[in-house]
Amino acid sequence: EDISSSSNGPKAEPMLLDHDPDDLFAEATEEVSLDSPERQMILSDGPSPAITPVTINPRADVFDRSPDQDEDEEENRDTFDIQISVSDPEKVGDGMNAYMAYKVTTKTSLSIFSRDEVCVKRRFSDFLGLHSKLASKYMHIGYIVPPAPEKSIVGQRLGRRSSAVTELDPDAKACLCCRYLLRTVKQPALLKDPDVLQFLESSELPRAVSTQALSGAGILRMVNKAADAVNKMTIKMNESDAWFEEKQQQFENLDVQLRKLHASVESLVFHRKELSVNTASFAKSAAMLGNSEDHTALSRALSQLAEVEEKIDQLHQDQACADFYLISELLGDYVRLITAVKGVFDQRMKTWAKCQDAQVMLQRKREAEAKLQHANKPDKLQQAKDEIREWEGKVQQGERDFEQISKNIRREVGRFEKDRVKDFRVVIIKYLESLVHTQQQLIKYWEAFLPEAKAIA
Amino acid sequence: MTEGSSAEAELSVRVSSIRITDVTQDGDVLTFAIASQKLNSSAGVCVFRTYEDFDWLQQSLFSQENLPGLHGIIFPPLPSKALPSQSNTQTKALKQLGFLALGQAWQSYSKALEFYLQQVATHPTLCKCNALDSFLINSESPGRQRGRKGIFNRLSQAVEEMRKESHKDVDNFFQNERIKNTNLAALSKVATEKLLDVVMTEQKLALACGHFSTSLHLCVNQDDAAAVAFSKVCLKLSDIIEAVKRNFEKAGSSNLSTLGLGLDLESRYQEAEKEMLFRRTCKLIELETVKKSTEKAKANKREVMEAFQKAVEKEFSLISSVAKQEIERFHSSRVNVLKNFLIGWCEQQLNTAKEFAELYSQHLEACRNMYTE
Repeated sequence: EDISSSSNGPKAEPMLLDHDPDDLFAEATEEVSLDSPERQMILSDGPSPAITPVTINPRADVFDRSPDQDEDEEENRDTFDIQISVSDPEKVGDGMNAYMAYKVTTKTSLSIFSRDEVCVKRRFSDFLGLHSKLASKYMHIGYIVPPAPEKSIVGQRLGRRSSAVTELDPDAKACLCCRYLLRTVKQPALLKDPDVLQFLESSELPRAVSTQALSGAGILRMVNKAADAVNKMTIKMNESDAWFEEKQQQFENLDVQLRKLHASVESLVFHRKELSVNTASFAKSAAMLGNSEDHTALSRALSQLAEVEEKIDQLHQDQACADFYLISELLGDYVRLITAVKGVFDQRMKTWAKCQDAQVMLQRKREAEAKLQHANKPDKLQQAKDEIREWEGKVQQGERDFEQISKNIRREVGRFEKDRVKDFRVVIIKYLESLVHTQQQLIKYWEAFLPEAKAIA
Repeated sequence: MTEGSSAEAELSVRVSSIRITDVTQDGDVLTFAIASQKLNSSAGVCVFRTYEDFDWLQQSLFSQENLPGLHGIIFPPLPSKALPSQSNTQTKALKQLGFLALGQAWQSYSKALEFYLQQVATHPTLCKCNALDSFLINSESPGRQRGRKGIFNRLSQAVEEMRKESHKDVDNFFQNERIKNTNLAALSKVATEKLLDVVMTEQKLALACGHFSTSLHLCVNQDDAAAVAFSKVCLKLSDIIEAVKRNFEKAGSSNLSTLGLGLDLESRYQEAEKEMLFRRTCKLIELETVKKSTEKAKANKREVMEAFQKAVEKEFSLISSVAKQEIERFHSSRVNVLKNFLIGWCEQQLNTAKEFAELYSQHLEACRNMYTE
């Protein structure tokens, strides 16, 4: 079975990685996900996971997104017309090597795709592999790469210092993967990326190179991540641009707020499931009461009462689905996205640090050359001059990189903020639609029951 | 049925006007304001009573003298005493009183006491008891005098008692009634508890919605245009969740004040019938014991025994005939009572659903308009 949350293996998401894209995430037979260093710090105080298996069956129409509805003037795209769905989770193989395969369907009129409609089969690790490739290609130049779909969500319960792990069932995972792909293709740069195209179109995808969870390479990666985290903490950047400082602070605040909200919604979902169970239990007891009742009309009314309560139980379950799929998952997505955003800011800092290091080096080389001038060693002098030129080039490159990443981040953050508002608005409308639907059903049930109650005696 | 100075007067107030209008709490003591209207005038009466007074009334009803077949009466059940002290947590209160512990300011509890008074006042025999009239109109409370020990309400489940309870009856009508009653008492108790669970969860949900809504409210940030736009969205969602919270509060409150009270009353009334049937069964056992003794009695004692036996037989027969009437009355009235509760419940839930369907639709309309600009 799955590895419990108390033994998190290495993370599948190389957030701060500069490595060779083929050296991929850890993939045991059962896929696990590690949290990023930031998360690790939040979770480190004595987690005692309360496993609340949420088995929610999503209605097909509750979550049905396509990103094409809104025009993004700034992006200079013409009709952005692409629909993606991830469905039909299917178990493939058996025993230790079994895995879930998902059907990924892409419908589009865009010319970069070779066909109007493509259908491929992908497994969960394929999604993680795609993310890994994209992250290593784009993160260091300031693109916010949508975070990989995680197998389990870790939320923090309000008021409790333990973290609750919610295992996703295959349908929920399918939704998660779908949202991941949609966010990815919404990024114009990523849409054109050959890895993305290959993922969506080609029938055979090379298996991501797998390494065992706690292999030597895995441990090495963990160490590198730790080193990165330490480096991040010791980089004191001279921020010349107030915008970046403000934005970083905003994202810190947003991160805290979103996690709190996510925990709140999890509580809501939990209690709604509880309500469903209690309603069903009450329905049964009412039915038994109706069966034992001698008075015919009263007996009938009590049986009807039981039926109404059963139907209401179903409504509670559906509403819990809406709570979960619409709000909880949205918040979860954004918590993960913020991590990606923070990662990009970190990349900028690293780029700056690199540039600084190059300048320091250049300075040293100049000093060395100056010394050699006096020492009169012509051959070494030439080498010194060469090195100076080399490092001047590096400094220039570093400055260009820094400018580029700063520009990219500004644009990305702007896009992120617009999308954020749009995403939330879409969810609010869908949620309201579910609320209205529930009430209308309730009205029907009560209106049907009323004459039964009046008909007693 | 009218001898001596005890239970005799007719009730001097209009039965349908009996109300508990207010309840105040002073430390451990709850005081109830009971209002009613005089029969022969338009004058209203208001008295103040504590639980001890209600208990006194109940004991007085139990201990009426010269009321043949008294043991055959199904006495309207008095709710247990509420213990409002600080040390009494909600869980304890719930265990003790069930639904009656919920609701604002002892509302449910007061309602249950009000029902009790109305049921005593509408009972053809009990309404004539002096104690009731004096309870309702005397400005002085009936005093803390210990009522005479009348009928012992069964408080413990001694093994002896359990054996008596299953003693076979001589009359098919009663045998059947006892079986049905045992069944219904158990089932209605369970149903009451299950509904209570539902209502408690509704309360938790309202609380969770409140937290969520507040957290959303705290996301407001006016730093720049993007933050303002996002804040508006969060506030909107906060309003919606606030509405969901009120929805739960209303639905839960309806559940409590109609079906909850109704099931609670039904369940306690079934218990009251059980008490009565048990009393009759005890009398039956007594009779059978006496008969056996009489048969074995020596000649000199026989006459006395036979007279005694005749007396017991007469008692038993009176109890049985009163019981029969009571049972029939109970059967028809409980159906009516449940009917009214069910109708009230359904109507309130229907109204709540309509109200919130409207509210959510308005929000939806507003959002659709706003977001397509």
